Amino acid sequence: MSESRLPGWKDLTLGLAILEPMSARNNLTGSWRSERPVWDHTKCIKCGVCQMYCPEACISQDADGYFQADMDYCKGCGICSRECWTQCITMQQEEV
Amino acid sequence: MAKAAPQSLRKGIEVSISMAEAAMQANVDVVAAYPITPQTHIVEHLSELVADGRLDAEFVPVESEHSAMSACCGSSASGARTYTATSSQGLALMHEILYIASALRLPIVMAVANRALSGPISIWNDHGDIMAERDTGWIQVFVENGQEAYDMTFHAFRVAEDHGVLLPYMINFDGFILSHVIEPIVYWSQELVDQYIGLYEPMLRLDTKNPITMGPVGIPDIYLETRKAHDFVLRESKATIVKAWDEMEKLVGRRYRPIETYKTDGARILLLTMGGVSETAMTAVDALREAGLPVGLVRIRLWRPFPFEELYEAVKDCEVLGVVDRCLSTGGPGGPVASEIKGALYHKDKRPKVVEFIAGIGGRDVRVEDFQDMAKKTLSVADGAPLPPFELVGVRE
Amino acid sequence: MLYEIRFHGRGGQGAVTSAELLAQAAIAEGRFGQAFPSFGPERRGAPVMAFARVSDERIRNRSAVYHPNAVLVLDPSLLKMVDVGKGLAKDGVIIINSANSPQDLQKEYSLAGKVASVDALTIATTIIGRPITNTTMLGALLAATKLVEIGRLEEATTNRFGPLAKRNILAMRKAIETTAFGWS
Repeated sequence: MSESRLPGWKDLTLGLAILEPMSARNNLTGSWRSERPVWDHTKCIKCGVCQMYCPEACISQDADGYFQADMDYCKGCGICSRECWTQCITMQQEEV
Repeated sequence: MAKAAPQSLRKGIEVSISMAEAAMQANVDVVAAYPITPQTHIVEHLSELVADGRLDAEFVPVESEHSAMSACCGSSASGARTYTATSSQGLALMHEILYIASALRLPIVMAVANRALSGPISIWNDHGDIMAERDTGWIQVFVENGQEAYDMTFHAFRVAEDHGVLLPYMINFDGFILSHVIEPIVYWSQELVDQYIGLYEPMLRLDTKNPITMGPVGIPDIYLETRKAHDFVLRESKATIVKAWDEMEKLVGRRYRPIETYKTDGARILLLTMGGVSETAMTAVDALREAGLPVGLVRIRLWRPFPFEELYEAVKDCEVLGVVDRCLSTGGPGGPVASEIKGALYHKDKRPKVVEFIAGIGGRDVRVEDFQDMAKKTLSVADGAPLPPFELVGVRE
Repeated sequence: MLYEIRFHGRGGQGAVTSAELLAQAAIAEGRFGQAFPSFGPERRGAPVMAFARVSDERIRNRSAVYHPNAVLVLDPSLLKMVDVGKGLAKDGVIIINSANSPQDLQKEYSLAGKVASVDALTIATTIIGRPITNTTMLGALLAATKLVEIGRLEEATTNRFGPLAKRNILAMRKAIETTAFGWS
């Protein structure tokens, strides 16, 4: 596997500014995940606490009002599961 | 060549007030400052100029100096020409943001009325405040009189905003012995100022229509390269600094160099000073030369980037160099300027001995006689006396 | 030639302003002037000093004035507590705001050097309407030394005080006429 060369000091932007907006999206933190959140819609009251606490801001609401995580970015931290009022989110082991 | 200034432009004015009016002539967009002690009349006068409608700028009276420099960073990042002034404890409170201003490559101009740091509580002149900020990555210049303080305000904007530089610039002028003195200052016409500094065109700016990120995390993989780039551009800025002084000479006839000399021809010993006491030292050198003593003076004007070559050129032929520091490096090598000078000379085969004096601490007056004593002590070392330890000039037993 | 002046007053009496006006007058003549206070916090009523230098050549010395050619005492009550004659240059002159004669003042306070006096308090109270003697005392300085042109000093006063300048200038002129010299 070839490692791409890191930039030298002459290659840097002025003051290390990042010129591409939202470039953090290129970092797919979903690759860090060992557990995934799974919602039980029978217990979910659609309160949105999971969305508010998600540190990746990767949880969104679907057309029916239920919540889901974007698996490109969900890093499996489990905060949504911990904070859920009705304990409707369980963390399930990812298959290896 | 020097054009004789019209008499109407030569004013008897307080140095601080002239600097505020230079900032007005430079047409600054934002002044963010903490407007009480420790301060000078600079920001007080700027607030009047803004309130009276003579300067179309935003005056932001913040709640601390930490906030003042933070607001300056935000303002400069948005592309506004930004100015502030501070002193002693205020500069110390800005400390952590000073590094950020330079790392973000923001061309902020700041006047620093150099004064002692507490404690004991002091509002008087020395270089204790600025020596704590040596390594903040700013361009740092010391001036010796009111005319230079006024002129250097234009030089600061000209250099800081140059796209090959883009670094913040500190104009160091001694508190009280310069800041509160009334003396003759020849103003530039507005046309000349406009011609010299033009409009500020930012290379990068915060803009909601074209968003960028300034100040991201520098992980270990990139922090080192960022610091190298900063160090490189600060060192390289010397060429732009000197070029801008050359152009100023063409416009107003006053010549500024990174290292200045005075009566060094045939001098066996030189005193070395920085800032407002340099002119008092010249008076002492005049008297000693009249008495037939081979004494001269070297003054550091450009402190960062440090002018290594120019310094060596100025001191290499003397036998002993008497460095006059305005700050005590407590428990350290004595004076910070002397220790840098010694570092700069260490690897040279031919180099003068260095005698160290620390004078004018916390507002203690440095008289012509004091400089004469220092010169004579330095001369005695050239005549074979043993090298003395650093001396706190005037300290009582 | 370099001429150095020390002003003694109390915080709020305008000693610093008078030093500044003097320097500005010299600069307006195309000569060189320098003025500065004894540095420190401003304290109303406390004994304060201010300094000025006037010269035909560029002034480089930035230390305090130790050997004044002239000393101006704006407040006679200072004579009891401050050594106003300290370091006075040879042929130096001490100019005091007092209704007493220079001879009496010289004797009472054992002053060395030449002494002049002017009743600046009465002049200021009568003409300006306030017991602020700084501009009046500048008139006395001119009477004793002719250091700067009166016209330039009046110009500097006008620039500083605007509409209030007129009475200050009248007081200055009155002092020039009425200053008494202890020497002939």
